[in-house]
Amino acid sequence: MSVDTNVVLTVNNIEVIYDHVILVLKGVSLEVPEGGIVALLGANGAGKTTTIKSISNILGTERGEVTKGSIEFMGEKIENLTPTELVKRGVVQVMEGRHCFEHLTVEENLLTGAYIRKENKKQIRDDLEMVYSYFPRLKQRASSQAGYTSGGEQQMTAVGRALMARPKVILLDEPSMGLAPQLVEEIFEIVRDLNEKEKVTFLLAEQNTTVALRYATYGYILENGRVVMDGEAHSLAENEDVKEFYLGISGGDKKSFRDVKHYRRRKRWLA
Amino acid sequence: MTPDILNTIEVILNGLMTGVMYSLVALGFVLIFKASGIFNYAQGVMALFAALTLVGFQTGQIPFSHLINEIFGTHVHNWGPGLNSVLAILLTILVMILFAWLVEKLLLQYLVNQEPIILFMATIGLAFFMEGLGDLMWGADIKTLDVGIPSGGSFWWEDVTRTWVSEGYEYYGMYIDLLDVWAAGIAVLLVTILTLFSQYTKTGRALRAVADDHQAALTVGISLRSIWVIVWSIAGFVALVAGIMWGSKSGVQFSLSLIALKALPVLILGGFTSIPGAIIGGLIIGVGEKLFEFWIGPLVGGATENWFAYVLALFFLMFRPQGLFGERIIERV
Repeated sequence: MSVDTNVVLTVNNIEVIYDHVILVLKGVSLEVPEGGIVALLGANGAGKTTTIKSISNILGTERGEVTKGSIEFMGEKIENLTPTELVKRGVVQVMEGRHCFEHLTVEENLLTGAYIRKENKKQIRDDLEMVYSYFPRLKQRASSQAGYTSGGEQQMTAVGRALMARPKVILLDEPSMGLAPQLVEEIFEIVRDLNEKEKVTFLLAEQNTTVALRYATYGYILENGRVVMDGEAHSLAENEDVKEFYLGISGGDKKSFRDVKHYRRRKRWLA
Repeated sequence: MTPDILNTIEVILNGLMTGVMYSLVALGFVLIFKASGIFNYAQGVMALFAALTLVGFQTGQIPFSHLINEIFGTHVHNWGPGLNSVLAILLTILVMILFAWLVEKLLLQYLVNQEPIILFMATIGLAFFMEGLGDLMWGADIKTLDVGIPSGGSFWWEDVTRTWVSEGYEYYGMYIDLLDVWAAGIAVLLVTILTLFSQYTKTGRALRAVADDHQAALTVGISLRSIWVIVWSIAGFVALVAGIMWGSKSGVQFSLSLIALKALPVLILGGFTSIPGAIIGGLIIGVGEKLFEFWIGPLVGGATENWFAYVLALFFLMFRPQGLFGERIIERV
């Protein structure tokens, strides 16, 4: 990554073990520049979510722990901070599968996002309006129970809720999960908007490589708990291997199984 | 009205009052269950412990006096004439908050994200521990508790109802215990305050958020540990109120902890996650068991109050397991 940009979040060679035995991350390193949108790509079980959860430090509730390596936010080590402390410092996670508070209304959901803030009501009110300006749909649904809103609206609620904490970095896990392609575009447009106007930095885990690389500035590809490839988003999108394995575009003519095997070998070497 | 109708009305009224007492215990269960998914078996013992502590403060007992006397050969029992009721109640509230803090510190903290059954077992252990602790601290004798709530029958009500009877009948008026009336009033107040608190305050909102999804609550920076301390403190407070009411009614004794068992059918009826459910469930059981005893009891030899609630709960489990007001499981189609 270029040296002139300011790195806000650094993950240094972390190893994560669940239940004291299951090694999930085997040395993941990555950097997130200030104001960037960094995509974390890879298949199911590659370790995207675990990486995100180890940054936001909610692994503890799932009996996982970071056993090696370090995580730094704005130059300070954060791997031992509580989730509350992290949110206060400006690192907020939006969980995979949205995780709205089902029995709370949409507006109450948004307000819980401001739980750690000590400012007066007026400021929080203003931020609520700010969130509504990005997600006008939420304003209409403000008083309905979040559990009864559509998948897209729940994703918006989850992102809006994170925004209410006034974060510097949002860790966005699988925003496209279970959403129609059109909605996925809409969500990513808003992510880009928030990135430009509210200066929020994003680290997003995505399976939908095509869309993610279109909106991201930089990308990391994870496989089996390791980073196997990284680079500027557009160069990743051009990369033949990525195209074939993650974007589903092959070089035109059908490939034989032998080629695939050859590719596998190449990839193993990369890892 | 004929005396028969009047008698029925009396039974219903008394049932309602008893129901409120059940509700008070059930309420403590609901609060903790909602916020942490723990079925707190120790709720009944908490009520007992709170009542014991209150009496201890009121009468100026020295905690652990038996133990102290045994070890040091002394004969200390009281440190003074005791505190007045208000002060004693306030101190007991502090003790219950301290208790909540200790439970979190020594127990819950290590059981995050464990199976519900493990948490349940932990509360059973807690119940036995507290029973022993209460015994050791304040002694095992039956104590009377009087915080100044009026009790005994209401003569005014007796006189009023005596005039309701039709000509030609003899009727002696209805009996209603003033203590029960007070208990009902206090329960209504308590529920109103709890509802307002959970609906309109920031902390209340956080409590509901944790109840819905504790991982998501973590991601917005809500500290589960402080929420648990708050919830257990509130449950401790509710236990104190229940302890005061039951203690004033039937004395503070160890059987008090068994009222928790009566709360179970109430919860099954009302739903484990609903505060209004706990109240209405309690009322239905209270009225139900009194009416059943009044009408059917004589035919089957009486003592139906002991089992009626549980049989009713059994039917509910078969036909409406989430209870009358249990949180509907939101399923989008």
